[in-house]
Amino acid sequence: MMTTHSSESEFGDLHRRLFILRVGLLLVVVLLGLRLWHLQIREGPYYRDLSENNRTRLVLLEPARGLIYDRHGVLLANNVPSFSLYVTLEDVKDREVLIQQLTDLLGLDPTLVRKKMTVKGSKLLPRKIKDRMTLRDATLVESHRLDMPGVMIQVESQRNYPGGVTAAHLLGYVGEISADQLEKPEFIDLHQGSIVGQYGVEKSYDRHMRGMAGQKSVEVDALGHEKKASVVERPQAGNDLYLTIDARLQKVAEDLLGQEHGAIVALDPNSGDILAMASRPGFDPNVLSRELTAKQWVEIVQDEGRPLNNRASQGQYPPGSTFKIPMAVAALETKTMSPASTVFCNGGYQFGKRLYHDWKVSGHGYVDLHNALVHSCDVYFYTIGQRMGIDVMAEFGKDFGLGKATGVELPSERSGIMPSTAWKQKAKNEQWLPGETISAAIGQGYVTVTPLQMASLVGTVANDGVSYRPRLVQAVMDRTSGNLQELPAVPRGKINAKPETFRVIKDALADVVTKGTATKAKSSMVTIGGKTGTAQVAALRTGPEENIPKKFRDHAWFVAFAPVESPKIAVAVLAEHMGHGGAAAAPLAKEVIETYMKLTPQIPAAISGFSRGNGPGRTSKDS
Amino acid sequence: MIDRLTESRGLDSFDIRYVALILAILGIGVLSIYSVTHGQQGGTAPYYLKQLIWIGLGSAAFLVMWVSDYHRLARFAYPAYVFILLMLVFVLFEGRTSKGAQRWIALGPFSFQPSEFAKLILVLVLAHYYSKTPRVGWLQRVIVPGLLVLPGLLLILKQPDLGSGLSFVAVYAAMLLMVGVRSQALGFILLFSIMLFPFAWEGVWGSLHDYQRQRIMAFVDPDYDPGGKGYHALQSKIAIGSGELLGKGLYGGTQSQLKFLPEGHTDFVFAVFAEEWGFLGVLVLLTLFVALIWLSLEIASKAKDQLGALLAVGIVAMLCFCVVINIGMTAGMFPIVGIPLPLVSYGGSATIMTMASLGLLLNVKRKRLSLFY
Repeated sequence: MMTTHSSESEFGDLHRRLFILRVGLLLVVVLLGLRLWHLQIREGPYYRDLSENNRTRLVLLEPARGLIYDRHGVLLANNVPSFSLYVTLEDVKDREVLIQQLTDLLGLDPTLVRKKMTVKGSKLLPRKIKDRMTLRDATLVESHRLDMPGVMIQVESQRNYPGGVTAAHLLGYVGEISADQLEKPEFIDLHQGSIVGQYGVEKSYDRHMRGMAGQKSVEVDALGHEKKASVVERPQAGNDLYLTIDARLQKVAEDLLGQEHGAIVALDPNSGDILAMASRPGFDPNVLSRELTAKQWVEIVQDEGRPLNNRASQGQYPPGSTFKIPMAVAALETKTMSPASTVFCNGGYQFGKRLYHDWKVSGHGYVDLHNALVHSCDVYFYTIGQRMGIDVMAEFGKDFGLGKATGVELPSERSGIMPSTAWKQKAKNEQWLPGETISAAIGQGYVTVTPLQMASLVGTVANDGVSYRPRLVQAVMDRTSGNLQELPAVPRGKINAKPETFRVIKDALADVVTKGTATKAKSSMVTIGGKTGTAQVAALRTGPEENIPKKFRDHAWFVAFAPVESPKIAVAVLAEHMGHGGAAAAPLAKEVIETYMKLTPQIPAAISGFSRGNGPGRTSKDS
Repeated sequence: MIDRLTESRGLDSFDIRYVALILAILGIGVLSIYSVTHGQQGGTAPYYLKQLIWIGLGSAAFLVMWVSDYHRLARFAYPAYVFILLMLVFVLFEGRTSKGAQRWIALGPFSFQPSEFAKLILVLVLAHYYSKTPRVGWLQRVIVPGLLVLPGLLLILKQPDLGSGLSFVAVYAAMLLMVGVRSQALGFILLFSIMLFPFAWEGVWGSLHDYQRQRIMAFVDPDYDPGGKGYHALQSKIAIGSGELLGKGLYGGTQSQLKFLPEGHTDFVFAVFAEEWGFLGVLVLLTLFVALIWLSLEIASKAKDQLGALLAVGIVAMLCFCVVINIGMTAGMFPIVGIPLPLVSYGGSATIMTMASLGLLLNVKRKRLSLFY
């Protein structure tokens, strides 16, 4: 009882302290209440938005890309379902175990899978581990899915080119949009991961074919699992393209080149429709439209044969003697020469201190324009070149479309060079030398052209000077309206030359084949007119052609049209390092022309192919 | 005659308001647990059913405590403390690990968490100590009770269980403030602790586990990294905030139903409730808690002796601390420390312990009303 008093006083103190405790407690509760009021009432709408964003995601629905057909409705590019394996790391229990399972099931490379799993990125987003799986592999994974949480098989649309390498340079390929492309205004609607055309028609007509992505609103839980989905906006399929090429002719042209490097262009001079455009070596667009490893890409880009280069529109070569065609037109039109006037060829042309050789050492004797073309007399053209001067030559060359891109619907077309005094001043800041005119007169020196330009040139001559812009696409099928929009041929004007001029030149070109430098192009089926050419690669040449290493051998040219009476096809053949045009290139042109004549005995109107049906049921194992 | 009187007076202590408040809060807990877990497939019984079983056991503990005699219980305080310390040691070596901490002892299909019960026993120990010891110096007022707290505290922090550890400190601090220190000393302790804080922080920070540090860091700026460290804190704030005034309705809480909110049935059950019932629901729940604490403080201030008052204060301090810290952390005011919301969060040990504590509180009231003992 001794402590009673002190105990009592402490007790009184306790009551005082309890009171303080109550006040403190009330204060804390009021603080909590204020905080909750702040969160729920003042910032409530903000947090409600956040919670909506948390659970709903807008998922893009990729549109189906437009299909590509040839002029007769043969399918050249379509979309096939493809199975891709995705892994969501957040849901994976043990990464190493999963890698082991995938290795066992699918025979994947464990180090590669591990690498893809460790790439930086959200653990919540599924990442692609493998694409283009076989149906068997996909079902195998699907049947083991319960043992492998986080693994998902997704069906995706994959661009497919049934013809493989056929027409690869024309069609091009597709690929994921690059960071640089994303910043360009033409790709404003697109997003990371969009598939766009990266080459060929796929690129130049991308806007038509890509369609419009749709949107799907998906409610997801914290693991990213879909709970509910509703389509906000349907994707719009891209439009189909109908090309001007004939898949069968294309295949023949490519097979003719075979393993050699070169290009063949065939077009219809009456419309500019490109019937075939072959470039070798080629590539498989199916491979390039997939995800390539860096190593694969480097291999393709560093290939010495430059398979990605479309030699038909991007390869620039000296035209050689094929350049004598516009030279002949120029000579007649400027009245430098009449058809009957002659030049004496003794096998060389002395200019200043230098002797310019004719290819025929013994000379051609007296030659008129006709014979100069038929036998490809160099001295004749040295002479008229010297008389006209480079600027007159350039004027006519430009009329025929040399030195500028044709405007075909292909990316990165090259323009070649049609030199002139002004050009040299501008490009090299040097004065034009008179001797250079003489080289240019036989298509050497600074003159370069693309095979496409030469096909267009010979077509223009065949068509008596009326020319069309070469084109690859003749119609676009609008997938939403179902309308087929036919694109008209694009006239490029008429060359201001007398009909007589073209008659004389076409006569000569016909004789080139019947009795001149290109008898190997002579056909029993159809009359062919043409001109051979040999583009010099190395300046110094000693000994016979066979002794020269192949990479220094000349390029063989042959440009032709048929039938001579009413031309339906113009062809340019360029065979790299194959020597003389008459021997190496002319037979190929003949094959192309004959094939075309056989394929279309009655030349159809440009679009008539469509009436033969163009359903997707027709597959394109071209034959 | 006297006995009968005692009995009837004792029965009067069964305060119907008090019990109604407890039941209401428990009901809110079961409802929220049901809402957030009803869709879950699991091998065992659903959480809300298990919680109902815990409440049943808790009610039994409540009644036992109510009819017992806290004086007699206090006599067993030290042996009980030694026993629970042994249990905590046992947990360190043999306990079941879950979410990076070793806190549980498996008992057949159930597991129990000795650290929860250690809190109540600590209250008993400290109340017993202060009521029996003449408090005439620093040593007896602060140091000795501090030494009593220390072994339990260290064992709990070692698990690691920061939440329970902080509750331990809170109980000790509450007792000190109530009886342990004089007014001048109070100021001295505050000054001293502020000066020592940097050093203490250094030591505490170094001993924390990675996830604890991350949680504290996340508290500083949760929006900085929504997918990472601050995820829990931010999702919890979104859940509460998006409830707005009226809430999204039962089962309507997208944050919890779609599992953006982690631990919706345990530590973050308040966020679940706030999301589904809004600010109005929150006000109701806060009012219930305040009323319960008010009645408890009433009991403390009217206790017939010092032991009873100290017991009541200790229990109230424990309860207050858990409620404030839990709501504060879910609302983004404090770091996330893993303290359940008493009577609402799912959990056997915590529910039984809290109900037993409240039973003991009522026992203090009962003894006040009985004439003799």
